[in-house]
Amino acid sequence: MNQSLNVLLFGITRDIAGKSVVPCALSGNATVSDLLDYLKQEYPPMAGISSLLVAVNGEYAEPATRLAANDEIAIIPPVSGG
Amino acid sequence: MVALTSDPIDMGSAQKYLQSDQAGAINFFLGVVRDNTADRAVDRLEYEAYGRMAISEMQKIADQACQRWNILRYVIIHRTGVLRVGETAVLIGVATPHRADSFDACRYIIDTIKQTVPIWKKEVLTDGEVWVNAHP
Repeated sequence: MNQSLNVLLFGITRDIAGKSVVPCALSGNATVSDLLDYLKQEYPPMAGISSLLVAVNGEYAEPATRLAANDEIAIIPPVSGG
Repeated sequence: MVALTSDPIDMGSAQKYLQSDQAGAINFFLGVVRDNTADRAVDRLEYEAYGRMAISEMQKIADQACQRWNILRYVIIHRTGVLRVGETAVLIGVATPHRADSFDACRYIIDTIKQTVPIWKKEVLTDGEVWVNAHP
């Protein structure tokens, strides 16, 4: 079964997509790493970013973490606070 | 105290908050907008945060610092939005009984913020713009 995940974008990823939330059509058992593959395919400039991490419900997630439609999912490009 | 704000950071109220009769040292670090980067002139910086996570990651860093050092009070405030040259982007303040802990904790907090907290800055230069750290 497929699912559509709403993914929050920040910084350069938001600039690349031109919006701050994108719907991502993924399989029902999709992982963090599947999501990143999907985004790099949909938005090729994202593949050129130094690193992309994913936060699930406000915490950094591992590549193998499974994603569900009710999770708050965010893409974290290289941070540059301070 | 950990906060994100779109308003200018007020160092005086931070100092008042840090004041304690047990504190022999209050150490501040201010991160300030500079007028150049790699020899290119900076017009302004635009800071953006993933709010809820920026707060929780800054709180984790503060909690770690409190476990490592004898911290009486701390303040961590990060700006968001458009900042001009000379404005304070981040303030770290740490009050401890003795000065060594306040220096070490302050340094640890700012260094770790730069590594883990989901805040991003875009440098708007007079000849273009760049998301800092985004590309190798």
